[in-house]
Amino acid sequence: MSVEDEKIEKARSPFSEAFEMFRRNHAAVAGLIMLILIILAGIFGPMVYAGDPFEMVWAPFSPPGQEGYLLGTDYLGRDLVSMLLHGARVSIAIGLSAALITVLIGITVGAVAGFYGGLVEEALMRFTEFFQVLPTLLFSMVIVALFGASLPMITFAIGVVSWPAVARITRAEFLRIRELEYVTASRASGVSNGKLIFGVILPNALPPIIVQAALMVGSAILFEAGLSFLGLTDPNVVSWGQIIGSNRQYILDASYTVTIPGVAIFVTVLAISLVGDGLNDALNPKLRQR
Amino acid sequence: MTALLKVENLRIELTTRDGVAPVIDDLSFEMNAGETMSFVGESGCGKSMTALGIMGLLPEKVGRVASGTILFDGEDLTRVSDARMREIRGNDISMIFQEPMTSLNPVYTVGEQIAEVLRRHQGLGQRAAWEKAIALLDAVRIPNPRSRVADYPHQMSGGQRQRVMIAIALACEPKILIADEPTTALDVTVQAQIFDLLRDLGRETGTAIILITHDMGAVAEMAERMIVMYAGRKAEEGPVDQVINHPRHPYTKGLISCVPHLMANLSEERPELTEVGGIVPGLREFGRDACLFASRCDMVNDKCRNARPPEVAFKGNQASACWFAEKV
Repeated sequence: MSVEDEKIEKARSPFSEAFEMFRRNHAAVAGLIMLILIILAGIFGPMVYAGDPFEMVWAPFSPPGQEGYLLGTDYLGRDLVSMLLHGARVSIAIGLSAALITVLIGITVGAVAGFYGGLVEEALMRFTEFFQVLPTLLFSMVIVALFGASLPMITFAIGVVSWPAVARITRAEFLRIRELEYVTASRASGVSNGKLIFGVILPNALPPIIVQAALMVGSAILFEAGLSFLGLTDPNVVSWGQIIGSNRQYILDASYTVTIPGVAIFVTVLAISLVGDGLNDALNPKLRQR
Repeated sequence: MTALLKVENLRIELTTRDGVAPVIDDLSFEMNAGETMSFVGESGCGKSMTALGIMGLLPEKVGRVASGTILFDGEDLTRVSDARMREIRGNDISMIFQEPMTSLNPVYTVGEQIAEVLRRHQGLGQRAAWEKAIALLDAVRIPNPRSRVADYPHQMSGGQRQRVMIAIALACEPKILIADEPTTALDVTVQAQIFDLLRDLGRETGTAIILITHDMGAVAEMAERMIVMYAGRKAEEGPVDQVINHPRHPYTKGLISCVPHLMANLSEERPELTEVGGIVPGLREFGRDACLFASRCDMVNDKCRNARPPEVAFKGNQASACWFAEKV
């Protein structure tokens, strides 16, 4: 082999190219680092602060820093650090699984509607619009109120109210891609419909869906916080929204009890948004410069 | 010898805003195994529709085979089930398209795309399919196939992508390969290479090739027989050399005279390029009982405007649909 051959650039997949783009976006990388730290805290924090976060450990309303309690105690004298770490696990788990439900329902509905068109599309998109016009918070409150405020039910409620956005994006991408020549070419080589949907069109439709899914995680965390604030949460499980909700009567006397979990939510959602934004830039071929 | 592909009285209808138009009107032809046949005509004459009709890929809800049969190896393709049609596509009949730039899936490597067809139709394993993909890339004359096989389509040039398309189309050694203007989007020099490649591979594998083009030069070089299409109807059919030497239809004559000739000695004189005046009639005209070429023909008379000319056979399997076929 000649020297020339050695220099041939190694083939790079579109995804490794996207990663390269992502790496160059400093805000997105910062967001990713923050997110990783938060997730690590959610995984390992509860091991360090083993034990029940609901346990009363010190006098109520002791401000941050006193007596070794880094973030102080709330109105029942519970350690806020412990609650925050245990809550991180719950909040992020809810965010991820709600986003997963959203994406699964959204992709299925959107892909089938966009691929088959005609009556199927008409029916599915009217169905989607039906969910879209319902006031989301109210609708999820109804679900939680009816079926009980357990974590799976809250996750399900968040997923069920937020999938229409993903379905519409997926459908739009499918409408665009199914007319492209490589889809016709795949058809001409005998690919079945199921394979066309999931093997040919979907991988090409993924970039905007991935971005939407990332942002969905952030909004699901906010949503859960909103529901917990209104008291629609599992009282036996600590989550960030639940800390705020249970301390809200004392917001004027001990503002740190709501500020600290509030900041945690804010930072997490911000980090997710930065990552989502970075993904958007990285996966958008129009912004990709060679 | 029975024909490999026998199309009889095929009528394909498209539903448009103005109603139903027959984009293919009473088309019949036969094709033998290993033969190269060419469809010629301007844009909008139904060449691609014929190809899509054979593949069963007419635009859904818009186009349909209204009547006629497409017999492939004795099997009527207009009647077979979807599942059977999928087995035939890519395995017995395959197709390459006009736009090599967009005909490959951008998220898979070219090797995966070739191997995929082999796995589906030939039941090859992962490894065997990959090795065969490399061999195929070599067969379509892509240099250094072992390293290019893992390339993504965007890392290849238009000509290379068309070669990959040919590799995919020929992977299962189909009986018929339909090439729908395979070189329209490519450089002239690359065009010649692609034609050479198609011809050589067609010979090696015994694949019959249907070449759809409007390039008379390509027809003369590639095909044994040709069909001239005009406005969804067959204008003329016959062996290529015979048709080019003595066209029996004014449209064929016009097309042939449009091919520019390079002069042996460049001179100051620049002869004007000839053209066939006028345009192909709109879809709503297609069903009329008249010669659809009448508006552009210089031999036209009232008969042409009022009745569709029947096909007149000439010796040597040439046939022309013109009232004045004898005189042309």
